[in-house]
Amino acid sequence: MDALLKVDRCTIRFGGLTAVSNLDMSIGNRELVGLIGPNGAGKTTVFNMITGVYQPTEGAISLNGERLNGLKPFDITARGIARTFQNIRLFVSLTVFDNVRAAFNLHLKHGPFHALTRGPKFKQEEAEIREQAMDLLKIFNLDRFQDVMCKNLPYGDQRRLEIVRALATKPRLLLLDEPAAGMNPTEKGSLMTLIEFIQEKFDISVLLVEHDMRVVMGICKRIYVLDYGITIAEGPPDQIRRDPKVIQAYLGE
Amino acid sequence: MSRARAILGIFLLFLFLFALFVERPLADNLAYYYDILINIGINIILAVSLNLVNGYTGQFSLGHAGFMAVGAYAAGSWSEHLSPSLINFLAGSNGVLTFVLKPFPFLQALPTMCADNLALVVATIFGGLLAALAGLAVGIPSLRLRGDYLAIVTLGFGEIIRTLILNIDFLGAARGMSVTGRYTNMFWTFGIAAVAVYIVLGLVNSTYGRGFLTVRDDEVAAEAMGINTTKYKVIAFVVGAFFAGTAGSLFAHYTGFLTPEGFNFFKSVDVVVMVILGGMGSTTGVILAAILLTILPELLRGLAHTDFVPVFQKAIEGVVPIHLPPLQGLLENRLILYSLLLIIMMLTRPQGLFGDIAGSRKRVASSPAK
Repeated sequence: MDALLKVDRCTIRFGGLTAVSNLDMSIGNRELVGLIGPNGAGKTTVFNMITGVYQPTEGAISLNGERLNGLKPFDITARGIARTFQNIRLFVSLTVFDNVRAAFNLHLKHGPFHALTRGPKFKQEEAEIREQAMDLLKIFNLDRFQDVMCKNLPYGDQRRLEIVRALATKPRLLLLDEPAAGMNPTEKGSLMTLIEFIQEKFDISVLLVEHDMRVVMGICKRIYVLDYGITIAEGPPDQIRRDPKVIQAYLGE
Repeated sequence: MSRARAILGIFLLFLFLFALFVERPLADNLAYYYDILINIGINIILAVSLNLVNGYTGQFSLGHAGFMAVGAYAAGSWSEHLSPSLINFLAGSNGVLTFVLKPFPFLQALPTMCADNLALVVATIFGGLLAALAGLAVGIPSLRLRGDYLAIVTLGFGEIIRTLILNIDFLGAARGMSVTGRYTNMFWTFGIAAVAVYIVLGLVNSTYGRGFLTVRDDEVAAEAMGINTTKYKVIAFVVGAFFAGTAGSLFAHYTGFLTPEGFNFFKSVDVVVMVILGGMGSTTGVILAAILLTILPELLRGLAHTDFVPVFQKAIEGVVPIHLPPLQGLLENRLILYSLLLIIMMLTRPQGLFGDIAGSRKRVASSPAK
């Protein structure tokens, strides 16, 4: 299997603290992978490293064979990695529709001068973007909220909107940072179906960081377990569930 | 937006006709109002351009007076040293236009008019470009900073510019610089203001320009959505500085005299107040605030000379047995009243004059751009 994302022996140190050490990770095309670990295990640091917020102190990251080290976050997004955030980060002063439209900025063919002259090409592109954004919202049943300010959406819908916005950048790999945080069991159930649906519908790979075991075990085909920045286990859910190291990390001796 | 373009066109045509017939040499009592109008136009340019930086992009800049100074002095010295030959070439006794228009005696005023206006435009573009260059030079290193830190850096920039001018003899240093060509008129003042409004709204109201708003809302999320936040900040800064420079040029060619003190920190604050009062990211509100805050100090002039205040004071002292300090004297310092009004406005409408209603960021951001 060809790896889409390859993390090769990556280490991140903040001063004396080693947040992630010698991480090896590979995600194939159309694969749904989970990343779990107790609080402070370095899961979000791994996310920030892949998306370019932090640079790894050692090691290499590549997407489809293309090296990502040293690239700015927006460059990495342009190459096909989109993400959501642990605490929701929507564009609060924009409407639901505009939040999605803003993500189309990335693949824009026109620039500031077209925005000022407003020629036919500009209008056509804006119309296409409107249509695509609307289609995306319809898929996730958010189209009825299109003119609502996004901060006024219910919590669960804000989470979903963040996923829609990430999908609007047309990624090949979607990173979800604790999408189930703060959701009740029913919402978690529908989130699981949603993630599986996204993976199939958009034909992309998903890396899921999650606290909730039921969600991760339920949908991920392969799971990495991180503790104190070190990978302590890797494998399919059944194997992870029985791994003594994982049990120890979560439950103690 | 094609409607906006039509409105812009009609507005410019109207201004052109207006400028043809109403020029500065008016009756003395009207010249005062003409002054106020020109000041309104200049303040609109300043406020609308700063709104792109502070309001739409959310970068708190306190250096607008600095960019205005760069534009004013650049355009002023251009006019002093380079424009005369241009004007002479066009409208001198052997000038091109004079020669061409010789057979039409009724068009005698035309060559000078054309040459003056051309000189103004060239000087203004020069001033704007130099200010934009200054914006680029300041913007690239400092836009990595956020919030208060950026405010302090831009504040420092404004002061550096002022001190530099104060020490450059070529620019008149502390003596000030006089600009002989007082070409600024209604047409170019409000014409440039209209263009500034068109450019700011045109930029913001597109998928490209939505990038400015995302930078304001959440830089980290914007980067994660593939938006080059640094580029957007620099563009906002440079466009803002360009228009501040053009406003400086218009100012230079209107007052005919520049001093470094005219571009101190308080000038920057004046513009920031217009932006905040108008509502960050609401162009209509900011224009209204610019008009209001230019007229208000002038209106308050009248107040100091009314008989109402002593009567009012006597009435209070008649009821309450205290002796008040002379209120009349207090009110003659109209800036106290002006500040008081600002505080009241800020307390009652913290979201800006228009808030979320007309032309505010919400509508600009969500209008379907048909």
